[in-house]
Amino acid sequence: MLTCKDASHLVSQSQDRPLSFRERWGLRIHLWMCANCRRFERQIGLMRRLLRQSVRRGEAEVADLDLSVEARERISKALVEHDGHVH
Amino acid sequence: MSDRSGESPELWLEQHGSALYRFALARLRDTSKAEEVVQDTLVAALQAHARFNGGASVRTWLIGILKHKIMDQFRHEAREAPLVSFDQPCTEDDLFADEDFFDASGSWRDSLSDWGNPEDTLERSQMMAILQRCLDALPKRLGQLFMMREVMEENTETICQEMKISPTNVWTMLYRARMGLRQCLDQNGAGRARG
Repeated sequence: MLTCKDASHLVSQSQDRPLSFRERWGLRIHLWMCANCRRFERQIGLMRRLLRQSVRRGEAEVADLDLSVEARERISKALVEHDGHVH
Repeated sequence: MSDRSGESPELWLEQHGSALYRFALARLRDTSKAEEVVQDTLVAALQAHARFNGGASVRTWLIGILKHKIMDQFRHEAREAPLVSFDQPCTEDDLFADEDFFDASGSWRDSLSDWGNPEDTLERSQMMAILQRCLDALPKRLGQLFMMREVMEENTETICQEMKISPTNVWTMLYRARMGLRQCLDQNGAGRARG
């Protein structure tokens, strides 16, 4: 029988690796009986959704931005320097 | 596409520079760091030019290099943190350790509050703002590792290779990061935000 501690570790790991059949089944039974761990699972899931949403929003915010002229010149110079070293 | 693999790096900067910059900026959220990783990426690409596999598009290839550079940036910051090195996660045992959250029988010490299931955009953006603050407050190394996983969306295998730590350590550290973040969100009103 899984404890809440075990279950919380499995909930976290289920975001990082596929759980085995036995782990999945044990977790499912535990969650079915334990309101606290069900909340934990929902909260961890929400944190992931919020973060992924934030990256997408970040991408939308920078969609119109370009590298500045200064940065381009700097990078261009660095490339020429390195090119000189390579050949 | 493969016939364009002969493009000189000068053209890479012109044609892909801004796209690389945007990719980096959306994740690093810092203009000078973003510019720095773009430069590192193009320099590395120039050096690896001969190994470029014409099968992939130049853009995809460059983004692949850029991802590594962004992760290097995370790792670099992690190393600057005045804490022990990454291969000794056990020394952080006192932070978000199991005993903080569970009693001897493995049950939650405190019951978890209900955050609801915020579908409302405003509610979500309030929560995101708290999450951002909590991420900043997390011990630096845990925060970086968590960002690698959740912001860069790298898998365990890649993180293990990049950080040279075992999968078990990665999972344990990600668990701690999530426990810490969850607690921080909770204490800063994630549960109350619904009312």
